[in-house]
Amino acid sequence: MRRLRTLLAAGAMTIAGLTSTALAAGNAPVPPAQTWAHGGVNSFLSFFKGYDYASVQRGFQVYKEVCSSCHAMHLLSYRNLLDVGFTEAEVKAIAAAQEITAGPNDQGEMFTRPGLPADRFKSPFPNAQAAAAANGGKAPPDLSLIVKARAHHEDYIYALLTGYTDAPEGFELSPGSNYNKYFPGNAIAMAQPIYENGVTYTDGTPATIEQQAKDVTNFMAWAAEPKLEERRRVGIMVILFLVFFAGIMYAAKRRLWSEVH
Amino acid sequence: MADTMHAGDGQTRRDFIYLAGAAMGGVGAAAALWPFIHSLNPAADTLALATIEVDLAPIQPGQAIKAMWRGKPVFIRNRTQEEIDTARAVPTAELIDPQPDQARVKEGKDNWLVLVGVCTHLGCIPLGTSSGESKGDFGGWFCPCHGSHYDTSGRIRKGPAPLNLPVPEYAFLTDTRVKIG
Amino acid sequence: MAHAPQSNFENPVVNWIDQRLPIFTMMNKEYGSFPTPRNFNYFWNFGALAMFVLVTMIVSGIFLAMHYTNNTAMAFDSVERIMRDVNWGWMIRYIHANGASMFFIVVYIHIFRGIYYGSYKAPRELIWIFGVIILLLMMGTAFMGYVLPWGQMSFWGATVITNLFSAIPVVGESIVTLLWGGFSVDNPTLNRFFALHYLLPFVLLAVVVLHVAALHIAGSNNPLGIEPKGPQDTLPFHPYYTTKDIFGLTIFLIFFASFVFFAPNMLGHPDNYIPADPLVTPAHIVPEWYFLPFYAILRSITFSIGLPFTDVVLIDAKLGGVLAMFGSIAILFVLPWLDNSPVRSARFRPIFRWWVLLCLVPSFFMLGYAGGKPAEQPYVLIGQLGTVMYFAFFLLLPIIGRIEKPLPLPASIANPVLGGNAATAK
Repeated sequence: MRRLRTLLAAGAMTIAGLTSTALAAGNAPVPPAQTWAHGGVNSFLSFFKGYDYASVQRGFQVYKEVCSSCHAMHLLSYRNLLDVGFTEAEVKAIAAAQEITAGPNDQGEMFTRPGLPADRFKSPFPNAQAAAAANGGKAPPDLSLIVKARAHHEDYIYALLTGYTDAPEGFELSPGSNYNKYFPGNAIAMAQPIYENGVTYTDGTPATIEQQAKDVTNFMAWAAEPKLEERRRVGIMVILFLVFFAGIMYAAKRRLWSEVH
Repeated sequence: MADTMHAGDGQTRRDFIYLAGAAMGGVGAAAALWPFIHSLNPAADTLALATIEVDLAPIQPGQAIKAMWRGKPVFIRNRTQEEIDTARAVPTAELIDPQPDQARVKEGKDNWLVLVGVCTHLGCIPLGTSSGESKGDFGGWFCPCHGSHYDTSGRIRKGPAPLNLPVPEYAFLTDTRVKIG
Repeated sequence: MAHAPQSNFENPVVNWIDQRLPIFTMMNKEYGSFPTPRNFNYFWNFGALAMFVLVTMIVSGIFLAMHYTNNTAMAFDSVERIMRDVNWGWMIRYIHANGASMFFIVVYIHIFRGIYYGSYKAPRELIWIFGVIILLLMMGTAFMGYVLPWGQMSFWGATVITNLFSAIPVVGESIVTLLWGGFSVDNPTLNRFFALHYLLPFVLLAVVVLHVAALHIAGSNNPLGIEPKGPQDTLPFHPYYTTKDIFGLTIFLIFFASFVFFAPNMLGHPDNYIPADPLVTPAHIVPEWYFLPFYAILRSITFSIGLPFTDVVLIDAKLGGVLAMFGSIAILFVLPWLDNSPVRSARFRPIFRWWVLLCLVPSFFMLGYAGGKPAEQPYVLIGQLGTVMYFAFFLLLPIIGRIEKPLPLPASIANPVLGGNAATAK
């Protein structure tokens, strides 16, 4: 009987491990693990960790000034930025800086207006075809969920952003592609996006490549899993309640069955 | 003797454990229910659209427009002086839902009447906003569903509706721009 | 006229209702005083757990359906709206997504229990058959539910699995077109999958009612596999097993909640956070983990079966794989007749016991492992070995039943005179 139980426990763990082992990424090396303030969107043992919001705000700046010229984040609204510490006035200003197409008006014509906090992030291209046409035939992926949509999550994004090197001897790089150590196949269409001091941080943080990569990854992690902190907070309360409940039920069961045995 | 004492103790402790178990189960079930109920309340994107801004510049005196606000029409009417005077000439006591016209507009902006365009009877949309529609017996709005007549202040004057057309919360941002909600 | 009202409840309202429709008498008979073997171990908790998960899935599913948009252009974004904007939407969705995995974990253990303790044997064959039908309905429901978020794995999983039917000779292609409602997996497919995903759980619930009704005719099996001989062998279901079931439920909920709140995407695939793209196939298409063993069986048939010494192909590899996969479920239906041993519990069956633990259980894990790996060596070989072991387990049962010398059975549940060591092991 005891052997059976051990077997079952082992089985459950194998099952849990199966999907993660199923994700061995092509020929690219496994991205090195980084330290994240929130522990990672898929990290199990990060019960009390939350996002580094200063970094998330800087990451938004990197996204806005660098990434957003090609990559959409259409699942986010400007109002969401309130959750990472931007003030209402800042969010209004960020939104209003964008020309949003609206309409049709009473004459049946589309018109543009300044963005509102309720608007979704403005996409750089009107549709996927336009995005592909402007980028050598392949549309740059939307970044709203990118951290959850790649194996190794934050670590992979960070490794990719910092993984641009010269192609090794003998590597055939087709025109229009760039060598990246961590991209599956190593030939990536995106040119190195982040450079030393490519942005000037408003909070005075030195804008090294590593710093920018870390910040923008933090921003995209938050964008992919905005409810992470609420999830963990509720989870702790639920588990504590259940453990206590289980203890009481165990006592009740023991008490009741003691007459039977 | 000792045995009976023991049994008595056991009885209380068991009762307490069962009671505690049942209580925790009840609390847990109730707490688990709340997220599901609350998920039916307006979501964050819906709440974000709970205010709108409307440009009043194109509305000529005597004209009215409809704007969509929280899924309902809002009537915005640029009233003529004559319409204002008619509304204010009526003794308040004669009204079904007594309310002076002054209480239904912003001071200094007496020509602008902003109303939620939903009949207070059973929720139809009254006619009278677009030109050519029947404005009813009192020059305001007329609800075709059950024949309620509203005056130039949007107050109920005749028919089954019990209340005046409600005035939403709104504020003038500039002379020609109003924020509703 | 035939029945004199016999209700005797304290509450007059309950009494009034019960005299006219004796539901309270029935509830008391089936879940109150119902005589249940006194020697259940914790494996007997899993039926109640499965029922709990089913109800959880139906409730969370109904609330999700109130926010979900069933259109290829909007489905993905509507799921993300649930995750971001709907109050508690993230939790309801994570409960539903992980609930599917929990359902399969619970049911696979429940099935193992049934096999190990011979619960499928007379007079409980029909209970077992209803159970296999429930498993099939679960699989269909889970598969269609996984399509609804319209991510890359949703789309390509749907494409690959519906294409299985093209293996059927002559009419295969027409059947696939019929399933799709078009020439590829598209909006009509998504619409009908949603309709069926909403419907099937209620069909499943109806079969569960039959499963439980049949159980309450024969009564539960127990770890000794011998029938209760009298009141000394049984306990009333309430409060003994209600309390034990609720205790088991709390432990299970801790496990479930750990996934929902701390690792909600661990059992999912990252690619399903990419919107469906009919022009790009993911590098490895893998089904959800609970389908991996069956997926491995499908891929194990890498060869055609022909007439020996000729070039005539009777069954090509594609059809062979499909047949093997469906056969792996179909064979469960005849399990009560393949196993001809008069003894139920593996405790008293020295060969069968190890046959389950060293053949069936490892084959399932080997298949699950191979199913999650790309179709290359050595994974194909592991899958093929697993497939052989899986089918061998069932097909050799008649021989085992014949050659095996069962241990002596105890006289009764309460008084295990013979084979005492087995009965004391709790």
